[in-house]
Amino acid sequence: MTKVAVEFTLNTREQNEFVETGSTLLSALRDRLGLYGTKAGCHQGTCGACTVIIDGEPHLSCLTLAERCRGKDVTTLEGLAPAGALHPLQQAFMDGFAAQCGFCTPGMILAAKCLLDRNPDPTRDEVVDAISGNICRCTGYEPIIAAILTAAQGLRKPARKRA
Amino acid sequence: MTRKRGRGMAAVNYPTGMNLGGDPSQALIHATTTGSFVVTLSSVDLGQGLKTVMAQICAETLGVPTDNIIIDTADTDTGPHCMGTFASRGTHRIGNAIIMAAKEARAVMLEVAAEELEVDSNDLTTDGAGTIHVKGSPQKSISIFNVALAAHFKHGKSISGRGIFLQPRSYPEPETGKMTPATCYAHACTVAEVEVDTETGEVAVLSLKSAYEVGRALNPRMVEQQIIGGAWMGISHALYETTEPYYPDRAHGPVDFNQYLMPGPGDLPEFANVVIERPAADGPFGAKGVGEMTANSPIPAIANAIFDAVGVRVDSLPITPEKVLRGIRALNA
Ligand code: FES
Ligand code: FES
Repeated sequence: MTKVAVEFTLNTREQNEFVETGSTLLSALRDRLGLYGTKAGCHQGTCGACTVIIDGEPHLSCLTLAERCRGKDVTTLEGLAPAGALHPLQQAFMDGFAAQCGFCTPGMILAAKCLLDRNPDPTRDEVVDAISGNICRCTGYEPIIAAILTAAQGLRKPARKRA
Repeated sequence: MTRKRGRGMAAVNYPTGMNLGGDPSQALIHATTTGSFVVTLSSVDLGQGLKTVMAQICAETLGVPTDNIIIDTADTDTGPHCMGTFASRGTHRIGNAIIMAAKEARAVMLEVAAEELEVDSNDLTTDGAGTIHVKGSPQKSISIFNVALAAHFKHGKSISGRGIFLQPRSYPEPETGKMTPATCYAHACTVAEVEVDTETGEVAVLSLKSAYEVGRALNPRMVEQQIIGGAWMGISHALYETTEPYYPDRAHGPVDFNQYLMPGPGDLPEFANVVIERPAADGPFGAKGVGEMTANSPIPAIANAIFDAVGVRVDSLPITPEKVLRGIRALNA
């Protein structure tokens, strides 16, 4: 199998990897780099568990070829907050009991982050829209929607203070 | 296009646990040298929160902080026996086993503390924050940490306990079929409101309002989690999910999430839930099982609401638009 070199930014660090042509970003993250925060649910683009952020947009890493990430900026759940700290979205998910088995949680949080980065004050419908590609089997979605709205509120507060 | 609204209700009495050949679960507890308590189980946490609730039950019985508890569910080959995490039995069966084990461990812990403080162990109490002290005089005290150290290195005592809960096998009376298959029963009632599109047969659930009697909600937020997650699953079973849509004909069975339908975050109704607590005599701190039942009453409530809306009685799940339309057509024929 042919391998190609890929340079990209992963969680703010420069990353150089030799990846097999045709292999996915999901497999590079999990199998090569041991970053298990990105979950593998269906491997066919239907569950959203493998969501990562590429250049600010949510992408399904199971449908993204690793070699196509050359020069891109990739963020996974591990890159959301420094080790030991929690991103406000993670904190809101925890406080709001928005995870049960946790399998959908990384994808939900990253999809939500993309939303809040471009729209800090979303409506409930906009939140629903942002996570509608992510399947959750456990929570009934309600606590997830509530947690995202809570996090959005929290993230807006410091901005207002500065203004 | 006409949309018709309807309201339906359903109630469920739900047994905690089951009883085929007896229903046991075991727990073993031991203290580490630094005063953590390891609870060894063969039970599984698959997201329902077993580890959290078991740590709460253990901490409460031992009289130590929840942070001191380590729930180890590592290995069913080597761990103490558990029938499994099903039949809404986890909190009740395993919780009771943990209480029994923790009582035994607590007695040893207090014995060691009594020797260290040179008092009678009956005069000791725990503050739940990491300290054991003489009743009425909190200054005469010793930390759990120091008790564990002393037990290991000075007294040669194992602060440990064994627990098992067994619901014995119940044989049916041959005459009547009467038996005692379960322990306590939890109860729920759901009122569903739906809107049925008489042109497409589509059903939208507008609201699900439920009351649950769960014995005691050991972790109220997690009980709420179960109820909302279960209600969603109930909607899903009522209206969407099936592996064999034309059973027993296996054709058209879904093979992936594109075909296996489930409601998404945009299909949620308004939820309202009330939890009523009437502690069960045989439950750990009064708790009954609130697991599977949360998906049960929403299903018949939705079916009844559809009947109320359009007069169609569908008696197989899921209640697809096709079945609703066929029913409406039959009524008009
Ligand atoms: S694993 Fe990528 S969408 Fe399911
Ligand atoms: S928490 Fe289990 S899938 Fe969402």
